[in-house]
Amino acid sequence: MVNELPEKYVLQVRNISKSFPGVRALNDVSFNLKVGETLALVGENGAGKSTMMKILAGVYVPDAGEIIIEGNAVSIGSVERATQFGVALVHQELNLCDNLSIAGNVFLGREPRRPHFKKIIDFDKMNKDAAEVLKKVGLNTNPSKILKELPISAQQLVEISKALSIHAKVVMFDEPTSSLSEHETEQLFNVIKDLNSHGISCIYISHRLGEVKDVADRVIVLRDGKLSGSLDKDEINRDRMIRLMVGRDIEKMYEKRHLVTDKVRLQLEDLIVPKQARFPVNLAVKGGEIVVLSGLIGAGRSELLHTIFGVDKSWGGKILLDGKEVTINKPIDAIRAGMVLVPEDRKLNGLVVNLEVDNNIALPGLCDNLSNRGFIDKKKVIELADTMVKKLDIRLFKTTQLAESLSGGNQQKVVLAKWLAMNPTLLLLDEPTRGIDVGAKAEIYKLLEDLAQLGVAILVASSELQEVLGIADRIVVMCEGRITGELDPASCSEEDIMKLATERLK
Amino acid sequence: MIKSNKMVEYVRSMKRIGGITFLLFLIILVTAIINPQFISSYNIRNILRWTGLFGLLSLGAAFVVITGGIDLSIGSVVGLIGSIAAYLMVHAQWPVWMVLIFIILLSATIGLIHGLLITKIHMQAFVVTLCGLFVYRGLARYLMDDRTQGYGTGFQNVRFLAGGRLPSAFWPAGQAPKFIQNWSIPMPFLLLIAIAVLMAIVLNKTIYGQHLKATGRNECASRFSGIHTDNVLIIAYVISSTLAGLGGLLFSLDLNTVQPSSMGNMYELYAIAGCVVGGVSLRGGDGSILGVILGTAIVRVLYNAINVAGVSTQLEQVVLGLVILIGVAADEVVRMIAAQRKVRESMILAQKALEKSKQTES
Repeated sequence: MVNELPEKYVLQVRNISKSFPGVRALNDVSFNLKVGETLALVGENGAGKSTMMKILAGVYVPDAGEIIIEGNAVSIGSVERATQFGVALVHQELNLCDNLSIAGNVFLGREPRRPHFKKIIDFDKMNKDAAEVLKKVGLNTNPSKILKELPISAQQLVEISKALSIHAKVVMFDEPTSSLSEHETEQLFNVIKDLNSHGISCIYISHRLGEVKDVADRVIVLRDGKLSGSLDKDEINRDRMIRLMVGRDIEKMYEKRHLVTDKVRLQLEDLIVPKQARFPVNLAVKGGEIVVLSGLIGAGRSELLHTIFGVDKSWGGKILLDGKEVTINKPIDAIRAGMVLVPEDRKLNGLVVNLEVDNNIALPGLCDNLSNRGFIDKKKVIELADTMVKKLDIRLFKTTQLAESLSGGNQQKVVLAKWLAMNPTLLLLDEPTRGIDVGAKAEIYKLLEDLAQLGVAILVASSELQEVLGIADRIVVMCEGRITGELDPASCSEEDIMKLATERLK
Repeated sequence: MIKSNKMVEYVRSMKRIGGITFLLFLIILVTAIINPQFISSYNIRNILRWTGLFGLLSLGAAFVVITGGIDLSIGSVVGLIGSIAAYLMVHAQWPVWMVLIFIILLSATIGLIHGLLITKIHMQAFVVTLCGLFVYRGLARYLMDDRTQGYGTGFQNVRFLAGGRLPSAFWPAGQAPKFIQNWSIPMPFLLLIAIAVLMAIVLNKTIYGQHLKATGRNECASRFSGIHTDNVLIIAYVISSTLAGLGGLLFSLDLNTVQPSSMGNMYELYAIAGCVVGGVSLRGGDGSILGVILGTAIVRVLYNAINVAGVSTQLEQVVLGLVILIGVAADEVVRMIAAQRKVRESMILAQKALEKSKQTES
C-alpha cells in the first residue's frame, strides 16, 4: 500500500479514532478512496459509519489519525472547510428548505452575487447554473420551482446537485435509498456511475446489502468501530458482508412456521382513503396471516394504513373486524377494537424520543389499565416495561433511559413493545425495518412470525423486496392508490412485483 | 417556458394576497354602507396614518416571525423610545439629529441584546422578549418618573414626520387646492411605503433575505450549508427593535402626550396580528411584505370600522379578535375543502381511466 503513488487516491484515511463519552465510536480505522471509484461502507448500526462520515464532512474532529486529500494531510474541522476541500455529504434525512426554490437550495449559503451590488442575489445566474447541475443528475425541472412541489425522489436529486455544485471530488451518500423506490434507486445508481466516469469518487453507506453489489467497486466493513474487512468487486456477496458485519452467519433471516387460519380478521369494503388515494380499496387479512403491501413510494400504502387505523378519517366504505362493521374515527377507536399501528417514522410518530423507555412503552395503555382514577400506577408501568424489554430482548442499561439514547434497532423494538403491550389481534406495520441493522431485522421477523403463530393478523407495508418475498403469505401490490394485483411469494419474483407496482394508468 | 412558469408562480403567490385584499375591501364596503362617513377623506387619512405607524411595527415583527421567533417587547420599546425622544428634545434640549441617532442606536442595541441572548445563550425568544416587555416598560416609567412627556406646540419640523401630509405641504398653509388638501397622503404612510419597498428588496433579492427564509424553515440545513444562522437571527431582532424604536418616535410625535406607563401597551400584539392576518406563518419561513401591510391595514380598518359603525367601544377588541379568528379559520377551511374536492375529482377521472384501460384490453 505504502508504495503506491498517492495521486491515485483522492482520499486517504489513516488510523482515525474517535471517542464519545462512554463509547469508542472509531478505533484506528484506515482506508483509501481511489479517483472515480465508489466505495461502499457497511456495518451494523453503531458500527461507526455515521461517525466516519461526519468526520469527513467536518462535523466532528477526530481524536487521532490523519486525513489526506490528494496527497496533502489536512484537518477538516468544519463544514465550510470540508466544502473547500471538495468533500460533500448527501444527508440521509433530506437537509433542504422546502420554502425556497430548487436553485435556492442548490446554492444555499453560496448564492451568486450581482457584479455591482454584492449583497443582491443574481437570480438569473443562479437559475442558469442550477439548471446545468440539475442536468448532470438527470432532473429536468425549472430551477425556479419551489422545492415543496417536488416529489421526495426529486428532492434527493436536488440534494445531490447541491453536493455537485461545490465541485466535489468526494461525494458521500448516507443511506440515500431509504426513501426511494426500486426504480428511483436505479436512477440514483446511474447518477453515481456517471459521477464516477467524470472522476468523482463516492462513498456509499447503506443498510440494503442487495444494492451494494450493484453500485460499489469495493466494500469496506466496520464492526464496533473497527475495520473488519474489505471486499473487491468480484468478492462482494451478501453472506460475506453479513459475516464481516456481525462476525457470525445469520442462520435464516426468514423462517415460516405459522399457519394461516380461515377466520377473516380484517376486511375492507370499498374503503376510500382521503387525500392521496384515488380508488376504493377492497382487502382482507386472515388471522395468522402476514399480508405485505408492496409498491413504490407514494403508492398510497402508508395512507391506507393510516386510514384503517383512524389517523386519517376515511371518506367512505366499510371496515369490518371479525365480520362486524366498526366505526373508526380516530386511533383510540382502532386501539379499542384491538388493532395497533407501528408507524413509519419512529422518531416522529413512533416514539416520544425525549421520554424514558418505560414511559414510552406505557403510553398507549395509560388510560385503560395502567392508571387508577387518573393517577399513573408507577408500579404497573415498571412491571410492564420490564416484561416487554425482556420479551423483545431490547438492549439497554435501564428502562428509565431516554428512548433517543438507544440504537435504531432497539428504538424500533421499543415501538413494537409499546404496541404489543396492548395485546393486539390485528397488527399494522409501516416499513418496520427501515434503517435498522441486519441483526435487529432478523429479530423483528422472528417476532412477527411468533405473533402470526398466535393467530394475530398482520398487515405490513414494505419497500424492501427481499423482505416482502421473505415474510409474506400474500403480497398485495399497490400503485397510485390502487391495488394492482396479488401475488404468491412462493411463485413470484421481484420483477413480478415491480411490474404491478409500476402499472400506472395513462 | 421559464417565463410562463414564472407567471404561474406569480399568480399562485398572489392568490393569498388576493384573498387578503378582498377581505380588506369587504370590510370597507360593509362599513361604508352602514355609515358613509367611513370613506370620507378625513377618515381615510386617519386610517392611512395609523396603518403607517402600526405597519412599521408589523414589518419589524414580520422579520422575526419569519425566523420562527417572536418579539413581545415591541410595545414596551415604543413606550421607552417614545418617552425618551420627547424628554431629550424638550427637557434635555438635545438637537433633533442627535436625538434621532441616539434612539436608533438605543433601539438597535436592544435588538442586539435580544439576538445575542437567543443565539449565544440559547434562550427562547418568547422568554427573552417577554422579559424585555417588562423591563423597558418599567425603565420608561422610572426614567420619566411616570410623568407625561410632550412636545407642546414646538418642534413643528420634526413633528411633520408624523402629522404632516404630502403633497399639500408644498403649498402655504391652507392654500392648496381643495382636492389636494383632501387627498394628500399622511407622512407615516409614505414612510411605511418607503421602508416597505426597502424591506421587500431585502427579503426577496438579497443574500440576507434568502438566508432569513432558509433559517426560518430549516435552521439545521442552513447551518450545514455554511450560513451563519446566529447572525441571521440577530439581525432580524435588531431590525424588529429598530423599527419599533422608529415607530415609538413617530407615535410620540403624533400623540404629543406620551404616558410612559401606557404608551404602546399591547402594540406588539397588534404587530403580530398584522403579520398573521397578512399570511406570515408563525411556523417560520413564509411571509411577504405586501401581505404584512395589507394585514396591518385590515386590523386598522377594523378598529376604525367598529367605531364608525357605532359598535360599543367596550366590544371593539371582541370584534377584532373574532374577525381575525374567523378570517384565518376560513382560510384553512377553504383550503381543506379545495383539497377534498380536488381528490374527489381525480377519483372520478381515475375511475374513468381504469374503465378505459379495461376496455382497450378486452
